[in-house]
Amino acid sequence: MKSGSNLEKVILSGQPAVTAELGPPMSADGHEVIKKAKELKGFCDAANITDCQTAVVRISSIAAAVLALREGLEPVMQMTCRDRNRIAIQADLLGAAALGLKNCLCLAGDHQVFSAAGRLKGHPGAKNVYDVDTCQLVGILKKMRDEGLQEGGDKLEVAPKFFIGASWTPMGDPIDIRPMNLLKKVNAGADFIQTQGIYDIELFRAQMAKIVNMGLHERTAILGGIIVPKSAMMLKYMDSSVAGVSVPKALIDRMNKAKEAAGDDKKKARELQEAEGIKLSIELIHQVLETPGIKGVHIQAIEWESAIEGIVKAAGLYPRPAFAE
Amino acid sequence: MIVGSQKSIDEIWDMIKGFKKVLVFGCNTCVAICHAGGEKEAETIATLLRMRAAQEGKDIAVDFSSVMRHCEPEYFEPVMEDLKKYDLILSTACGVGVNFLSDRTGTIPVYPGVNTSFYGAVESPGNFVELCAGCGNCILHLTGGICPIARCSKTLMNGPCGGTNKGKCEISKDVDCAWYLIVERMKKLGTLEKLAEIQPARNWSTSRDGGPRRVSLEHIRAYEEKEAANTDSAGGKK
Repeated sequence: MKSGSNLEKVILSGQPAVTAELGPPMSADGHEVIKKAKELKGFCDAANITDCQTAVVRISSIAAAVLALREGLEPVMQMTCRDRNRIAIQADLLGAAALGLKNCLCLAGDHQVFSAAGRLKGHPGAKNVYDVDTCQLVGILKKMRDEGLQEGGDKLEVAPKFFIGASWTPMGDPIDIRPMNLLKKVNAGADFIQTQGIYDIELFRAQMAKIVNMGLHERTAILGGIIVPKSAMMLKYMDSSVAGVSVPKALIDRMNKAKEAAGDDKKKARELQEAEGIKLSIELIHQVLETPGIKGVHIQAIEWESAIEGIVKAAGLYPRPAFAE
Repeated sequence: MIVGSQKSIDEIWDMIKGFKKVLVFGCNTCVAICHAGGEKEAETIATLLRMRAAQEGKDIAVDFSSVMRHCEPEYFEPVMEDLKKYDLILSTACGVGVNFLSDRTGTIPVYPGVNTSFYGAVESPGNFVELCAGCGNCILHLTGGICPIARCSKTLMNGPCGGTNKGKCEISKDVDCAWYLIVERMKKLGTLEKLAEIQPARNWSTSRDGGPRRVSLEHIRAYEEKEAANTDSAGGKK
């Protein structure tokens, strides 16, 4: 065992792993984190605690992860390269390990311009850091854990033992470089991978076939990404604007149908689309889990954590495995 | 070359309005090529400032002049006496020129008329593009001649990230993804496999992070010193 985390245990047991996502609030409201943690507890093996996603200032991943941990939900802290140099990153990793965190997902992080892309003012004029990139960050975590050394070479009397994760955008552009992109993260030391949201299962399977050929599925645990859609509009937006996500027309048509079935009743339209989105997600979970080389799913119900329980149960993934301490 | 863009007349006016005798001082190398601060632009700025002064009823004399380069002393030494007639020099050189001149004008302040933008090239007339970040440790042989430090918005060394969308960067549909370009270029060069190697964390001390940088060429300095000694001894014989 590298970290002894629950997520690592589930993966080692050979059962399909389930991770979810918890987005911390844009204020000091710790209760919001606790509420979401209660909604997710028991329905996933670990939950990602996002690190200022879309570059919006929120409760930090480490702090929110500790709040989740106290509620009995195993967190996957996230660490982006956007906001910290290697000094701050390593200091935070040491602190996180000392606080009992065992999983860390390494990310480049959304560029700071995203923070003002929606209705928020954000901080588009912030200076980004990118002292190291994701591959290098994965390597730093591995060196700290396995060699007991800081990036600069100084010795760690007590090494932080993280289960190391990275993201992967299998259908990202340019698509033919993506298997090599994954290879580099695995070579750097990624124990598990969470993919960008998958809707185009055929294309995903074609990419996974290459990964299996390269033997990467044996060297890392790949969890396929499921983004639970809430509406036809959301699916269309993801198809047109989210990098590395393409949504087949048939899925958009299905959501449109659900919307149209409600006629002019807006409330009903929302309910029908949400129900269809959950149904669609369950189908995708099965298709992803049946894909050769896949070890689990990463289900993101963005600002909709309460949906996870129903999805996981309906997908036949409940109860989650339990291990003696 | 160094690419800059002119500051707005409003901003320049706010800087200069408290002075009486102002020289708009152009530089005819990089910033002239990018139409920001050559003699022509210095003249235009001077004219606009005189008009503004007249509008606001302020008694400010504004002249203009220029030299070939602001970054080597020999170019502006001939005009140093002339510069002393003014109580403000508005330099339209790049930031290098403003600093370099400012170190040599004693009590006369030197203010910037240009925002120095980047090291770039003339992509097409009127279009300038950043291609180098001056990081002090070139790796262009590893990336198909396309710089990820200057051209990737996250300065990734092991790109692309997940933000590439139809060849464009996640920050804007108008910005090419540098790593998309790198991959496509290396495919053409038949060197794509080189990208499989993980580039380690960089030593940024060669970049700005190491503090102000200096390049010192010993052989040139030794030669100059020898030449100076020869001239002195030749003079002595006379």
